[in-house]
Amino acid sequence: MKHLTLTTALVAAMALPAAAQDLRIALQSDADVLDPDQSRTFVGRIVYASLCDKLVDITPDLQIIPQLATEWTVAEDGMSIDMTVREGVVFHDGTTFDAAAVAANIERSQTLDESRRKSELSSIASVDVTGDYTLTLNLIAPDATVMAQLADRAGMMMSPTAAEAAGVDFGLNPVCSGPFSFGERVAQDKIVLNRFADYWNADAINFDSVTFLPIPDTTVRLANLQSGDIDMLERLAPTDLAQANADDSITVVSAVSLGYQGITFNVGNGEKSETPWGQDKRLRQAFSYAMDRDAINQVVFEGAYAPGNQPYPNVSPWYDDEFPIEARDVEKAKALLAEAGYPDGIDLTVQVPNTTIPLQLMQVVQSMAAEAGIRIEIVSKEFATLLADQSAGDYQASQIGWSGRVDPDGNIHQFVTTDGGINDSGFSNPDVDAALNAARKVPDTDARKVEYDKARAILIDEAPLVYLYHQSWITAFDSRIEGFTAYPDGMIRLEGVTLSE
Amino acid sequence: MVAATDPQAGPVSNPMPKPENRVWKKFRHHRSAMLGGFLVLFFIAIAILAPILPIPEPQATDWGAVREAPSMAHLFGTDEIGRDVLARMIWGAQASLLAGVVSVGIAVLVGVPFGLVAGYFGGWIDAVISRVTEALLAVPFLILAIALAAFLGPSLTNAMIAIGISATPIFIRLTRGQVISVKVEDYVDSARAIGLPTRMILSRYILPNVAAPILVQATLTIATAIIAEASLSFLGLGQQPPAPSWGSMLNTAKNFLNQAPWMALWPGISIFLVVLGFNLLGDGLRDALDPREH
Amino acid sequence: MLSFFLRRLLIAIPTIFLISIFVFGLQKLLPGDPLLVLAGEERDPAVLEFLREKYRLNDPIPVQYMTWAGNALRGDLGISLRTNQPVTELIAQKLPVTLQLAMMSLIFAVVIGVPTGILSAYRKGTMVDWVANVVALSGLSIPNFWLGIMLILLVSVKWQLLPASGYVPPGEDLWLSIKTMLMPAFVLGTALAATLMRHTRSAMLGVLTSDYVRTARAKGLSERKVVLKHAFRNALTPIVTMTALLFGELVAGAVLTEQIFTIPGFGKLVVDAVFNRDYAVVQGIVLVTAVGFIVMNLLADMAYVLLNPRLREA
Repeated sequence: MKHLTLTTALVAAMALPAAAQDLRIALQSDADVLDPDQSRTFVGRIVYASLCDKLVDITPDLQIIPQLATEWTVAEDGMSIDMTVREGVVFHDGTTFDAAAVAANIERSQTLDESRRKSELSSIASVDVTGDYTLTLNLIAPDATVMAQLADRAGMMMSPTAAEAAGVDFGLNPVCSGPFSFGERVAQDKIVLNRFADYWNADAINFDSVTFLPIPDTTVRLANLQSGDIDMLERLAPTDLAQANADDSITVVSAVSLGYQGITFNVGNGEKSETPWGQDKRLRQAFSYAMDRDAINQVVFEGAYAPGNQPYPNVSPWYDDEFPIEARDVEKAKALLAEAGYPDGIDLTVQVPNTTIPLQLMQVVQSMAAEAGIRIEIVSKEFATLLADQSAGDYQASQIGWSGRVDPDGNIHQFVTTDGGINDSGFSNPDVDAALNAARKVPDTDARKVEYDKARAILIDEAPLVYLYHQSWITAFDSRIEGFTAYPDGMIRLEGVTLSE
Repeated sequence: MVAATDPQAGPVSNPMPKPENRVWKKFRHHRSAMLGGFLVLFFIAIAILAPILPIPEPQATDWGAVREAPSMAHLFGTDEIGRDVLARMIWGAQASLLAGVVSVGIAVLVGVPFGLVAGYFGGWIDAVISRVTEALLAVPFLILAIALAAFLGPSLTNAMIAIGISATPIFIRLTRGQVISVKVEDYVDSARAIGLPTRMILSRYILPNVAAPILVQATLTIATAIIAEASLSFLGLGQQPPAPSWGSMLNTAKNFLNQAPWMALWPGISIFLVVLGFNLLGDGLRDALDPREH
Repeated sequence: MLSFFLRRLLIAIPTIFLISIFVFGLQKLLPGDPLLVLAGEERDPAVLEFLREKYRLNDPIPVQYMTWAGNALRGDLGISLRTNQPVTELIAQKLPVTLQLAMMSLIFAVVIGVPTGILSAYRKGTMVDWVANVVALSGLSIPNFWLGIMLILLVSVKWQLLPASGYVPPGEDLWLSIKTMLMPAFVLGTALAATLMRHTRSAMLGVLTSDYVRTARAKGLSERKVVLKHAFRNALTPIVTMTALLFGELVAGAVLTEQIFTIPGFGKLVVDAVFNRDYAVVQGIVLVTAVGFIVMNLLADMAYVLLNPRLREA
């Protein structure tokens, strides 16, 4: 093991320029606790991409590929998964990575009181360590989504030694096995990671350190990039695209995200669902017809995002082509309203977070809906209040989105199944439940799509959620940086990325 | 400023000009105060006249004219969803002025009585009121306003209440101080001696004599309140879109500084001019009402 | 005199107590569940309930307050619900940042405000006085967040002279540290310069017409010496006390400026904490700033009395 480290170090030393290269990346907000089991933020995941390796990763096409797990086979009956993990991997504190470490990690994710990963790993009943580097995951029931879960925080491997010692305070000094190890953190100021010399794929890493800087203001973020104070930023605002593209010293790449933004209607959550909007699907369909999704994308997002009418963007393999995005049809919307008994129009209250983009979006939506006779009252609330009200059913319609998951199940199941964990709309339909549950169990992609399409037909008709657009993750960076690829999950992967002086 | 109203123009010369006229003369000659008064009146005028001015609808969106530079059609340009910036500025004046006046109104209506009571009666009433006032004053003004506005929910009305409550301690303390120095005056003693009820003493004798500094403070606090409302709107807690408000216009504008700087320029200038107006006015009032010569 | 200050100190205690109750109560009234906010997108009810128990958020509010107060007296201000970091540690990290900003702003305020005040007083009634007054009030009237974003646009984006955001500890790179804080300090400083200028003017006016200044002039001393040596020194008292008070206000009032320039100080921390319903953080910061404010007030009073021997008998 030691001579491997020396060789790696020599190779790395020869490959790198003499001066220590620090990569400065600006994030839209500050990460929360740096413990993959407790973490809840999107930017937290970006930090983990450099700090913590996962069992499996994804390609830009959403194929699942090995990272710490080198191969895996799902049993015939779907009740277990045999996995082989990589040898020669070491955690930042020197602990060896092996099958036992994987088992310990899964156990922590499932049993730690504060763990947010429990529902993600709920189908794993137990883990059998069958060899130093082989293990078997025993499932409660066949579940096609397990490997995709392991491609995110649930599959991030933490050093069992450190996790044991620190317990719930692991996040104050995280120890994983990724390309960089934890250096220091000053809340709301910076997170510094240092190159891990013993990383199993150290050749692919070309920086000595990575510094993450939370800079919420989009103009200031771009200003910093243009002045050279930072090297890369995530989530460039679409309205800054023109300026960034005009600057020769900046490269811009983007990928359509896995998530969506739209309007959720209260159709069954408490008494506020007892309104025409909650009871009559024609009104919701009318609302959808009143929307000009292309115009929304143009006006609010400079055409940089993707219009949407399903939980997945239309470039996704899971998109149901039977229901393409329809053009705006104000006449049809009015007709539906009249049919439902509202020829003179109807009022609708939509709650929205009091931040710039949602407000801008809703004002455009309000304007469009008005032409079809739907008079929208925008109630802006602080995010904290909005979430609480939504969860309690204290709303008529809510502008809310989802950041998206690799597996299609993650974008739909918990929102529309009867007992779904985030089913704030209160939607309940036994056929949808059956189809979505079946889609979870069936391993074959085509068979799963059939189930999702079945559900889609009902959901387009009932429209408890009206989807409007899919954000694109737009990353801008110094044009001397090469080798960077934009992924639909918005993560910044630094393997193979270089910054020439 | 016209000679006809000048009492000294009469045939009987008046060696001692009446106190009010002396105040007005001082005020008139105070250039800053007149400038301030003019600015304030200008904005009040456009706020009141907004509905009848020949400007586009402040909420009329126009997809084709998003973020257009100032032109003949849109004198100050358009904003991020095609609305006319000038129109929104003029209508936004209503929100800002209302916020300034109403919140100070709240602060005065609540603060002055408490200050009167604390200053006049002294004793444990004073101790309690003073402790509470000091406690409120020790919490940074804007943070208090933010917390209150967050509690009440984002809206213009709630922002006004939040700012009003946050500004109340200032008036309690001011009134109390003034009452303390006035209540030892002879006329108060005599009023008490002849057995006038307390309420009458407070309202007829004490209040008018502490009114001047309160008026000055109120004018200056309107300035602070307008900035506070803009700050709250900037944070997303004041007047909510699509209703126009200078602060929320600035909040949106900061995302388009490069593409559409006019979106940030005009609301900012408006706030500056209105606030300057009230500050100059308050300054002038203070000098005019000050019995001492500087 | 000692008893005077001891009494003031004793009175400060119930005030601080009141502040903490008030802020605590206010936060608990804020709608919305902090754990829902902090839960992010995934909402596991079992985990949320566990956390509620762990942080005693299910206890009746008076009990929660007593627990907090008890811990606070022992130096434990709780932890941030968001990052699990102890609040005392957060405050210790942010305090130097806010202090640096406050000090640099104060330097701007003094450098701009005091000489202008002296000049204004000396040339009272002239055009210079009037212009200075209007300029001072202008500084007070510009919304500081607007000035901030305009400055960023010009200085950082167009001219690329200064960094648009961030913080560099002076220990790391002194010059860069100053450069990063220059614009925000200027923004805050100009507003304070106005107040300082007016107080300096008043104080100087009071002194310029006094007897000993007339005597100094009669003695034939140069005008400059009269103004700067004799008059100014005596006007220093109210100026110093005002500065002490302004310092306290600065520490707390930099809220928006820190947001715009992304300076990781108290202001930004407390605003984010209010929006995230991170109770302990808000409690802790307000407590610290309130105590600081009260201490500053006391120091200002002490300075006033010490600098002015005539008041000592009072």
